[in-house]
Amino acid sequence: MTTTGIHTPTARRSAATAQRRPRRERQGAAWVFLSPWVLGATVLTLLPMAVSLYLSFTDYDLFNPPHWVGLRNYVQMFTEDPRYWRSVLTTLTYVVVAVPLQLALALVVALALKGMKRGKGFYRSAFYAPSLLGASMSVALVWRAVFNDGGTVDHLLGTGGWADKPGWALLAVALLTVWQFGAPMVIFLAGLQQIPAELYEAASVDGAGKWRQFVSVTVPMLSPVLFFNLVLQTIQAFQVFTPAFAISAGKGGPADSTLVYTLYLYDRGFVASHMGYASAMAWVLLLAIGAVTAVLFRTSRTWVFYASEGER
Amino acid sequence: MTTTALPRKRVAWGRVALHAGCLAALLVMLYPLAWLLATSLKPANEVIASLNLLPSHLEWSNYSTALQGVNGVSVWRLLGNSLLIAGGAVLGNVLSCSLAAYAFARLRFRMRRPLFAFMIATIMLPHHAVLIPQYIIFNKLGLVNTYWPLILPKFLATEAFFVFLIVQFMRGLPRELEEAARIDGCGPFRSFFAIVLPLTRPALITTAIFTFIWTWNDFFTQLIYLFDPGKFTLTLALRSFVDASSQSSFGPMFAMSVIALLPIVLFFLAFQRFLVEGMASSGLKG
Repeated sequence: MTTTGIHTPTARRSAATAQRRPRRERQGAAWVFLSPWVLGATVLTLLPMAVSLYLSFTDYDLFNPPHWVGLRNYVQMFTEDPRYWRSVLTTLTYVVVAVPLQLALALVVALALKGMKRGKGFYRSAFYAPSLLGASMSVALVWRAVFNDGGTVDHLLGTGGWADKPGWALLAVALLTVWQFGAPMVIFLAGLQQIPAELYEAASVDGAGKWRQFVSVTVPMLSPVLFFNLVLQTIQAFQVFTPAFAISAGKGGPADSTLVYTLYLYDRGFVASHMGYASAMAWVLLLAIGAVTAVLFRTSRTWVFYASEGER
Repeated sequence: MTTTALPRKRVAWGRVALHAGCLAALLVMLYPLAWLLATSLKPANEVIASLNLLPSHLEWSNYSTALQGVNGVSVWRLLGNSLLIAGGAVLGNVLSCSLAAYAFARLRFRMRRPLFAFMIATIMLPHHAVLIPQYIIFNKLGLVNTYWPLILPKFLATEAFFVFLIVQFMRGLPRELEEAARIDGCGPFRSFFAIVLPLTRPALITTAIFTFIWTWNDFFTQLIYLFDPGKFTLTLALRSFVDASSQSSFGPMFAMSVIALLPIVLFFLAFQRFLVEGMASSGLKG
């Protein structure tokens, strides 16, 4: 915290003037540095949030002025629109399937790579590659073809085309997400390497076997990283769009089985020009993500263990 | 620490099994990419009909068809559009995010704590909550169907992820350098450009690479803002194949997919160390 050992008169005098220098001047510099962010946060974040809240109570088609309708969009959403509930259910199913599978796989692979002396760097990069490529339309199209009728999966498993079967198409989308387990894996691996070796040594001196060490040392020490990955991947999963768009040609089919929330929002807002309705959907999504994050944080108190106060 | 003969043998077998398992997993994982490459070179009648990964002969015409482009727009044009958007985004993000990060990491100002908390909160904010009004704003400004909505927000540090990443990195830099510079009469601006920014280079490179790849892959934003085929990016052009996917267009479609993936693959090969470390140190999304 302190600069020690500087006792020359000049240094002391400069430090004193620096302290006496009016605060406003230094603040001014900070605001100059901050100005792009302030502008962006105001005009492109705060203002749009307020506007979308307002629009959610209106009927608006982009061309005619917004027309106030009170809670009608919300009422319609919750009580008169089966496709809306379909999209909610689809998204929740997708989140519940894709996120745990993805994190479990990421953890298993990270544990496998952890103690590896040779080849760790290679595997780490190779397993990470799909996390970058998988977000592209190119790979989403591959996914559709591979899971289509007559595609590889059909040939191997004889299941027919998943993309055409209501129950299976969503699973294909979820598998594309699971396939991108490299991103959380890299974070797990970094977390595993932070665990001090002494803890394992002490545990084994106390007679703890591999499993016991995993439960009593690895899991608690890794819990902050696990929590971090869980929050991040869950938030992202709620917003999945491209693979569902690709696999269903933008329609959310078959039988609305891949109509994820954002796809329906896109459909209402930008295809059907119901901007008010789409805004209401956006606000419910915002609140839902906020609520889920809050619940995760709340439960984290019982299972996330912080070794030292200074961590993170 | 020292391994005796017996345990070493057991460990070695475990290791072989581990590597075998990893390689097997890798083969499964890389299959879709191998499939993509193979299909881009297959003649039309083999695309779906056979499970064979390897084509009977290499159908290079898929690529020449792909190079002609979509809707009368050549691939070079699409590639140029993609590069322009990604390049603009990279420049904007690196510049604006590093400026904001310096203020948060190093300068004192009123409201610093609440603003920092707000900045962190916007990381979790779903894009859709601001999407529609942003669209309306750009629409009112007559900027829909231009590249401005895709590039301009990056110059305003709207990607809080990167601000946070750079803040974390700057906090790790020794303060003594700036203090010494200040004593020598260096103001915050010189201090930023001459001392802090060069030292922050690893974080800036990570920001640049991730921005490039995410912008390149981004589909949603391009989908809503661009509708003139001449302004399409490679990603959007691929979209035209989403609707019409007759078997005959499969080869060219996947040839174009390969072309669209190529820059990411190259980036990955060139910068994988930065990517993996940037990811690990900051917990960035994939």
